[in-house]
Amino acid sequence: MNAVLATILKRLGLGIATLFVVSAIIFSSISMLPGDFGQSVLGQSATKETVAAFRKELGLDKPAPVRYFEWLGAVLKGDLGTSFSGRNASGQDRSRKVSDLVMPRLWNTLFLAGVTAVIAVPLALFLGLTTALYRNSAYDRTVNAATLTTISTPEFFVAYILILLLASLWPVFPSLANVDASTGLGERLYRVALPALTLTLVIVAHMMRMTRAAIINLLASPYIEMARLKGASRSEIILKHALPNAWAPIATVIAFNLAYLVVGVVVVEVVFVYPGIGQLMVDAVTSRDIPVVQACALIFAATYILLNLTADIIGIVTNPRLLHPR
Amino acid sequence: MTADPNQPGAPGDILLEMRDVRIDGFSDERWHPIIKGVDLTLRRGEVLGLIGESGAGKSTLGKAAMGYTQPGCKIVGGTIRFDGIDLVKARDAEKRKLWGTRIAYVAQSAAASFNPAHRLIDQTVEAATRRGIRPDADSRADAVELFRQLQLPNPETIGNRYPHQVSGGQLQRVMTAMAMSPRPDLIIFDEPTTALDVTTQVEVLAAMRSIVDEFNTAAIYITHDLAVVAQMADTIKVLRFGEEVEEAPTRDMLERPKETYTRSLWSVRALEKPEVKSEDIVLSIDHVDAAYGPFKVLHDVTISIPRGRTVAVVGESGSGKSTTARVITGLLRPEVGSVSFNGEPLPASLKDRSKDQLQRIQMIYQMADTAMNPRQTVFDIIARPLEFYLGLKGKAREDRVVELLKMIELDESFMDRLPSELSGGQKQRICIARALAANPEVIICDEVTSALDQIVQEGILKLLLRLQKEFNITYLFITHDIATVKAISDEIVVMHRGRVVEQGLKSEILSPPFPDYTRLLLSSVPEMDPDWLTDLLAGRESRDPA
Repeated sequence: MNAVLATILKRLGLGIATLFVVSAIIFSSISMLPGDFGQSVLGQSATKETVAAFRKELGLDKPAPVRYFEWLGAVLKGDLGTSFSGRNASGQDRSRKVSDLVMPRLWNTLFLAGVTAVIAVPLALFLGLTTALYRNSAYDRTVNAATLTTISTPEFFVAYILILLLASLWPVFPSLANVDASTGLGERLYRVALPALTLTLVIVAHMMRMTRAAIINLLASPYIEMARLKGASRSEIILKHALPNAWAPIATVIAFNLAYLVVGVVVVEVVFVYPGIGQLMVDAVTSRDIPVVQACALIFAATYILLNLTADIIGIVTNPRLLHPR
Repeated sequence: MTADPNQPGAPGDILLEMRDVRIDGFSDERWHPIIKGVDLTLRRGEVLGLIGESGAGKSTLGKAAMGYTQPGCKIVGGTIRFDGIDLVKARDAEKRKLWGTRIAYVAQSAAASFNPAHRLIDQTVEAATRRGIRPDADSRADAVELFRQLQLPNPETIGNRYPHQVSGGQLQRVMTAMAMSPRPDLIIFDEPTTALDVTTQVEVLAAMRSIVDEFNTAAIYITHDLAVVAQMADTIKVLRFGEEVEEAPTRDMLERPKETYTRSLWSVRALEKPEVKSEDIVLSIDHVDAAYGPFKVLHDVTISIPRGRTVAVVGESGSGKSTTARVITGLLRPEVGSVSFNGEPLPASLKDRSKDQLQRIQMIYQMADTAMNPRQTVFDIIARPLEFYLGLKGKAREDRVVELLKMIELDESFMDRLPSELSGGQKQRICIARALAANPEVIICDEVTSALDQIVQEGILKLLLRLQKEFNITYLFITHDIATVKAISDEIVVMHRGRVVEQGLKSEILSPPFPDYTRLLLSSVPEMDPDWLTDLLAGRESRDPA
């Protein structure tokens, strides 16, 4: 048990180290973005002196390593900095704290991801297990063909088809998913129904096929034949003898798809006008709002690392060789 | 329709009857016959030995006795009746009720046949509990009792362990307990001791035999080792190419085999090479200690290998035989000690050795399958060392490949074949040709015949002996099989737990007085005598009353 704990702590430490490396990559690649915030706010006509003064005010005149460590130090204290936007040439400062901008959007994104995950993960597992159980049957082929179709269709297209069907022809759900802090839970769920459904269709195939493949892969093992020769039924073989040995690959692909739900859904957000973090980041890149871009990128990286870490840990604790060493 | 399972039939009643059973298997896009009309009759309490080479169909026939065929196989004819139930016509659900309760199966590789995710005890009682043969708690208590009878260590607690936490020999006994748990009428033992060391094999055989005797269970015992089956079976049936060769009571079969094929099955045991003494040492290993990370594997190993002779290294798995080979080849750097070749010390690590030093020592592996690149033709495989070591090109290289093929008794039509198009014996011959191509002085043979059938083994051993005579090659022959040792060696090194127990001429090692371990090892090799196991156990008991 202690060995497992040690392994998990080691992975956690590695995850944190990765996050630091990623923060440096984020910072340096954003510094390399073409264009300059000062110039783009003040316009082409601004004099060199004005631009320099403006840059100084924002702290952009300091060398990159200094800015990086200042930023890192602040982030470690929980301060993501202040947004660049809201400032203008006339010197007015209506800028907001980055956390005030990011947090509500992050919450929205996590809400949508959560709703999707609650539908998609059990559905994918169920489909994966049943298709493995009845493999090569008409059911198996239908499910495979259907999920392949949804994964091969661009997500905006899936989104528009769903809008056409469920918002326009049979108006069951709203086509706009605009929510804000005052929207109640029931109303929220109602409004995110279509985006959640779209994302479900997009991610279910990957998870379902991996589950099916992981199970079928194990069905050739001698211990599965042994289970059959001990009189186990097909469902017992799948659930009791194959599934406990298949969690590691399944957890990995689930983690991958959940991460996608957080960091990769900007297209769906745009289609449904959903105020998520993806849109915020795209807007921030357009307006060269460096602190916001950095904060978003850091959150995305942390999401990936955290989810993959969880998958790793599931892989470790479901492996009896690691959990019960000799 | 069927007898009450709790009411055992009278001993001597026919339990299993197979008539003209034919089974086809699917490969290369078509169906091939695997079993071509075999009859088999088994009475209650009787043990039938099924013997044959790999590919004889013995495992397929054994599983068919349960009404089961592997994916890709199907029963195409004949009848299989188990206690009045027609297993060919029975539906899956009907057969499932028999499997694990009235007919049990013990597989070859215990390590692969236990589910790694569940505790041993849960797997042991699974079948009995599923069919409600008795309350689960009673099954668990009964399993502990079976563990005790099978002489497993800590019978009370061993069931709480996971498969990877116990040794192969112990797992095989747990599997026997698992088969016995529902008190079946019939157990199919499918090569249950093939993967075990001889010393472990004796213990497992004894445990299985006593428990089968005790519950008067009928059994089909499948193996390729005649000496093993002689200890277990009342009757022996020999199979070849899916057909019966002959069937006879065990003693008759051993004393008077009718068919030449049956006699050839133990021909390798008759092979014996006269030993030749030699003082000219070509390779010597001096006081070597070696370790894998923190695990020390070799302790003060000293071996000297005379030129043109065969030194056999024997010992059970984990005794450090293969590690010694890795140290000699430079794959593993020893912690202490050195290896000298022709009196000159060899650099410890492979990458510090010169091409010439590499060329002089070649290796042949146990699994010829995995020792060849499956995408390369036989020509590519043999030509590579010719080019690398000798710089041969074009016509000269091609001629030499043909010559080498001739040496290993294959013709040039093999040049364009891929490893997958060769039989096991042919693959091993190609590996021998590859080693020969470098013109080596020493060839290390790591269990090169262990994966092969008896007759093929004999061919390979004869080939190796002939090559030794022609080219004065030195062999370091790693094996756990004493019959092979007798067939090929001049000197023997006995290893145990990473130490050399003794080294000497074959005649010295194989005759008394023996150190304790050598005696245990030699006495554990099954002999062609149905009373061998009984006598051995009796002898050991009187010597060691514990």
